[in-house]
Amino acid sequence: MTTLDPVLPIALSDEHVMLRDAVRDFARREIVPSAAQFDESGDVPLDTIRKMGEMGLMGIETPEEYGGAGMDTIAYVLAMIEIAKADASHSTVMSVNNSLVNYVLYKFGTEAQRQKYLVAVASGEKVGAYSLTEPMSGSDAATMRSRAVLNGAGTHYTINGRKSWVTSGPVAEVIVLFTMTEPAEGHRGISAFLIDTDRPGFARGKKEPKLGIRASATSELVFDNYECPVENLIGEPGMGFKIAMTALDAGRIGIASQAIGIAEAAYEASLDYARQREAFGQKIGQFQLIQQKIADMKTRLEASRLLTFNAALAKMRHPRYTTEASMAKLFASEAAMFITHQAIQIHGGMGYSKELPLERYFRDAKITEIYEGTSEIQRLVIARNELGLR
Amino acid sequence: MHIAVITKSVPDTEAVVSVDAGGKLLAGDKLVVNPWDEYAITEAILLKEAHKAKVTILAVGPEQHNEALKHGLAIGCDQAIRVWDGALEGHDSLVYAKAVAAAIQKLGDVTLVMFGRELPDIASDAHIFQTARKLGWNLLGSVSKIEALDFAAKTIRVRRLVEQGTEVLSSRLPAVISVLKGINEPKYPTFIGIRKASKTEIPVWGLSALGLDAAAAQGQAAVTGYRELPKREGAVEIIEGASAQDKAAKLVEKLFAEKVL
Repeated sequence: MTTLDPVLPIALSDEHVMLRDAVRDFARREIVPSAAQFDESGDVPLDTIRKMGEMGLMGIETPEEYGGAGMDTIAYVLAMIEIAKADASHSTVMSVNNSLVNYVLYKFGTEAQRQKYLVAVASGEKVGAYSLTEPMSGSDAATMRSRAVLNGAGTHYTINGRKSWVTSGPVAEVIVLFTMTEPAEGHRGISAFLIDTDRPGFARGKKEPKLGIRASATSELVFDNYECPVENLIGEPGMGFKIAMTALDAGRIGIASQAIGIAEAAYEASLDYARQREAFGQKIGQFQLIQQKIADMKTRLEASRLLTFNAALAKMRHPRYTTEASMAKLFASEAAMFITHQAIQIHGGMGYSKELPLERYFRDAKITEIYEGTSEIQRLVIARNELGLR
Repeated sequence: MHIAVITKSVPDTEAVVSVDAGGKLLAGDKLVVNPWDEYAITEAILLKEAHKAKVTILAVGPEQHNEALKHGLAIGCDQAIRVWDGALEGHDSLVYAKAVAAAIQKLGDVTLVMFGRELPDIASDAHIFQTARKLGWNLLGSVSKIEALDFAAKTIRVRRLVEQGTEVLSSRLPAVISVLKGINEPKYPTFIGIRKASKTEIPVWGLSALGLDAAAAQGQAAVTGYRELPKREGAVEIIEGASAQDKAAKLVEKLFAEKVL
């Protein structure tokens, strides 16, 4: 049987095809064999993360002069899909570094900040993190309780408070932190800072035990009179919320790609299984109830892909692409939940067993509906942009 | 200080190989870089980094071999050359060796030629010996470690895997070597390498460019056709018994009866 390459709204260049094939080969050899083991232990696969950095996976869109590969958003989407298809946890680390840390530093950082922090993260030398959420503040960032207070001399901000759900929190060496500098201003009082994790007053809190993406460590961060020099302020005071949301637009394209990768792995496994497994004297793929599942899975998978490439093209061509990124993330993450659910159903007991990766795909898919804006928030973003009403 | 690494695209080892009614071999459309060559390419790049050498990657074959050459460029080879000419279609290993040797001579300043251990599709390494012979250079096969390399003094010392153990061998340069799995951990292409490779036009050297005539492309051996192996017939028999010991005793009896033991 011939399998056509997925239809895309653009023709892939030789460079894109080579990149996709190289990442696919790397993921198959280096990530797939140990993915179940890292999922079980919850350890961070630092060795493969380092190798991903050496290849250029940690700074795909960052220009070469800042340690990156200088490629486009299409390349980023292709690479994310391949890594996520092998293991979602690896792609989570990659997504944070690329979309949330590098993008913020490149777009809003000073030249000195880029040289000191962007080069280190984009070249894969250091792992980055993005810290917005707090124990009592998630989607409603304006209610955050952490504070940064400028000292009298105007040289340092003193930061106090707790942040939670920080992806790569236990291992990150460069952290983009959002905290309140003008509480009376609500979300306009949030500012962004670069945190050096080796300065006093910084501590990593408890590591979160999670349902999925277990090899991507998540933790709290604790700031206790942490002194942050003013040169580590990103952008202007009060610009934090805008910076955070701009990064999330880029990030959502990454999460949509991650969802596609997880879904594609589950779909391909289901296709193989439905062709081979026999019941009642025939291949289960010959039963119409299984055929219905396959048709729905494939349709949603390809629709996710088209929406995600659409968002990537929008990012490359237009300054604002919030709606496109939200639609891609919303649809692809819900499709990934549907597809991984159906994949387990097709596999029956084998799908429920840890002998096969189907149950891991299902657990990993769930996070894509939650982080970088829940499905509910995506719907708000899309509808408000469409209606022009707040 | 110029190293040439020779590569060949081969059918994917996961491909299902079959033979059609006309005796033609079918191994799928997908070709991959010979897995053995990946070690040779990486070793050449490691030598390049250590000795500031130049690395040329070379393949003999039609356009689909460009993929292996671009893979080499993406990992860090400095230039790629594809040798091909319609007259080479269906070549045997000796013709292949003549073409490689002529290309090495045309490059002029190559002092080390590197191959992967063998071609996995036809399970042969004859072309490596033949290339060394055509060049008139020493051949150091099955190298598991390059212990010393001195381009200025024109010497190389390698560790070879032989049947009973290892052998350490010194040779003068120029030389031809073939490397084993385990000599290094193969490198992956970098994205910057991929960007450069995808923009590189790979020159094609035909017979005339190599100074060879049509007679040189005449092989001495030709594959006339392939046949499938006869289907193996087998049956499974489950041995029943009251206990494991009982089952084992019955199994041993049967194995004696069948003269397996």
